[in-house]
Amino acid sequence: MMENVMTAIRLVPLDHYLILSFLLFSIGMVGALVRRNIIIVIMCLELMLNSVNLLLVAFSAYHSDPGGQIMVFFIMLVAAAEVTVGLAILVLLKRNTNGVDMNQLNRLKW
Amino acid sequence: MVSALDLHVLMVPAFPLLGAVVIGAMRRKLKGNTAGILGTALIALSFVVSAILFLHRGADEPTHITTLFNWIHVGAMDIPFAFQLDALSLWMMLIVTGIGTLIHIYSIGYMHDDPRVATFFAQLNLFSFSMLLLVMGSNFLVTFIGWEGVGLCSYLLIGFWYTTPEFNYAGRKAFVMNRIGDIGMVLAMALMFYQFGTLNYVDVMKQGGMMATGNPLIVTATLLLFLGATGKSAQLPLLTWLPDAMAGPTPVSALIHAATMVTAGIFLVVRSSVLFQLAPYTQDIILWVGVATALFGATVGLFQNDIKKVLAYSTVSQLGYMFAALGVGAYSAGMFHVTTHAFFKALLFLGAGSVIHALGGEQDIRKMGGLKGVTKTTYMTFLVATVAIAGIPPLSGFFSKDGILASTFAESPLAYGVLVFAAMLTAFYMFRLLFLTFFGTYRGTAHLPAGQAGPHESPKVMTVPLMVLAVLSVIGGALNIPHIFGGHDWLKTFLATAADGIGMERLELSASTEWMLMALSTSLVLLTIWYTWTLFGKKTTLDGEPADMPFLKRLIAKRWMLDELYAWLFEKPYSWISRHFFGIGEEKIAVPATVGTGKAALGLGEWLRKVQTGNTSFYLFGMMVGVVVLLIITLFGV
Repeated sequence: MMENVMTAIRLVPLDHYLILSFLLFSIGMVGALVRRNIIIVIMCLELMLNSVNLLLVAFSAYHSDPGGQIMVFFIMLVAAAEVTVGLAILVLLKRNTNGVDMNQLNRLKW
Repeated sequence: MVSALDLHVLMVPAFPLLGAVVIGAMRRKLKGNTAGILGTALIALSFVVSAILFLHRGADEPTHITTLFNWIHVGAMDIPFAFQLDALSLWMMLIVTGIGTLIHIYSIGYMHDDPRVATFFAQLNLFSFSMLLLVMGSNFLVTFIGWEGVGLCSYLLIGFWYTTPEFNYAGRKAFVMNRIGDIGMVLAMALMFYQFGTLNYVDVMKQGGMMATGNPLIVTATLLLFLGATGKSAQLPLLTWLPDAMAGPTPVSALIHAATMVTAGIFLVVRSSVLFQLAPYTQDIILWVGVATALFGATVGLFQNDIKKVLAYSTVSQLGYMFAALGVGAYSAGMFHVTTHAFFKALLFLGAGSVIHALGGEQDIRKMGGLKGVTKTTYMTFLVATVAIAGIPPLSGFFSKDGILASTFAESPLAYGVLVFAAMLTAFYMFRLLFLTFFGTYRGTAHLPAGQAGPHESPKVMTVPLMVLAVLSVIGGALNIPHIFGGHDWLKTFLATAADGIGMERLELSASTEWMLMALSTSLVLLTIWYTWTLFGKKTTLDGEPADMPFLKRLIAKRWMLDELYAWLFEKPYSWISRHFFGIGEEKIAVPATVGTGKAALGLGEWLRKVQTGNTSFYLFGMMVGVVVLLIITLFGV
């Protein structure tokens, strides 16, 4: 079963994974940088994390090294925790400013 | 495994330590005489145990080592915390605890009215503990703890009445002067450890004894040890602290600055006598430093008017005698003089304290006189001590001083001549002190405490120690009666069991030479006493001020300008350098550098804080730029 998955992954050349991962990461980063809506920003962060996951799995399959997949589990775990915190901030931001504009957070400066 | 002997040895320093801790901790709770009685009882117990050790001393084991614990164990260094019990340490223990007990008793009376009496006794007990550590240590390092401990207690007790700034300065001066000597001691220890790989007296002496005479390393080590000894025992050039140390309460002067602590230097030299025996060069230096100090102290003592200052310079002078004895290799003679000097000088100081007490704090002998009839016990005991220190037979001072003089004569007639001259000066200043204080008419105006009509005799608690010490001063000479009087040099034989160096001393003089030397010094001293009587015996008027005196007399009265010389040699240049370092180093370099650094940091912060906009996107951007820069550095190795 596991072997089948590996074989399936190897059907696609490694370059394609690289390009896709790069694109996903770039989209995520640009989104996180330029968007002000905090929901979008959190989604972009998830996108960046998952692009890395994709790359890890691809390399893991190509190198027949399960270590990469284990790392993916860790990242997913961290992402889940991070999103919990992020959404909690989002809820509080909504309650306090009646909006989801991330730049409102600069009020915390004072 | 602790044998009964070991237990006894440990008890000796343990009692005063206990006293110091307990009295020190409860000093606010102890009322009246409690602290004094407690402290006295503990030091007396210490003396009793020492006496037991002395009486039950096994002839089969001349040197007994009691190891308490393994103190320092680093690499090749192995230093146990151990006590060495042999004739020398035992003798010093008896002196320290014995005289210490008497002075503790005396202090109960003397310090009776002082509000900090408990602190006083705690410090006095701490001193006894340190001194015992010093004499009992089985290696240089344990001795060194005691060495520093007595230095600390000396400092504390000199400045005991700390509300007077001069007393604090005196304490500080003693401390600093002693530190100069201590450098020598530390260096000597390092040198010996480097050479022998151990600091245990037994091992160092065993290995050192096998080295050649005049070995440069031994000469250096002994010179450094002697430097330490000059500091502690107030020899030239490190003596100016001792007269100032008289600022402390009189019992302190008696115990620390006359009977025990200042003899630590002599003890150290005797303890290392094997090494000194191998360094003739050092011995010559010791001899002449001792002779010069004996003369210096005796001359300055001539014109001092403070009763305690006279005794202080007398102590300096007598310590010079002891070192002269060590310089000619007469170690037992030196130790003998340490012993008798402890008796009569403690007695003199306590007697002086009694006089000061009687006059309500007056210390100027020009304002005393005629006390003979009022303070009878003090007068009688003081007279005994004066005769003893002058060296009139058959009192103790005669035998010990004669031992030193005879040994010196065999080695160097010139040194002998100077010492005899100093002995005449000793007789002069001591009898001048005696006559001015107790004879003639009362010249003082006496600011006596309220309710006290005139000078009065001290209470029993103070006079009984005086009487005991007077008896010891009289019969102390019996400890070491030379063969010429049919004695057996008991002390010398006793101490010879302690170390190899002691005993191989004193070129034998013919009996006729010895008789002649004795007759000469004794008759000269008697002549001096008669001369002193004609000058001061019936004196009713006051001496003039130094300004009226001829040049030499004025110079001596000003203590040979030694303090002024040191001020000019060390203090002035040091202040000058400090002032200029302050002007340049501090104001031109250090201050601009530190203040400038602070200002730069502030300015940078002022500028950089604009980065903290609160805009999250900007932070993310900054982070990304950072990561990219790091990536570029990693990938291209920029």
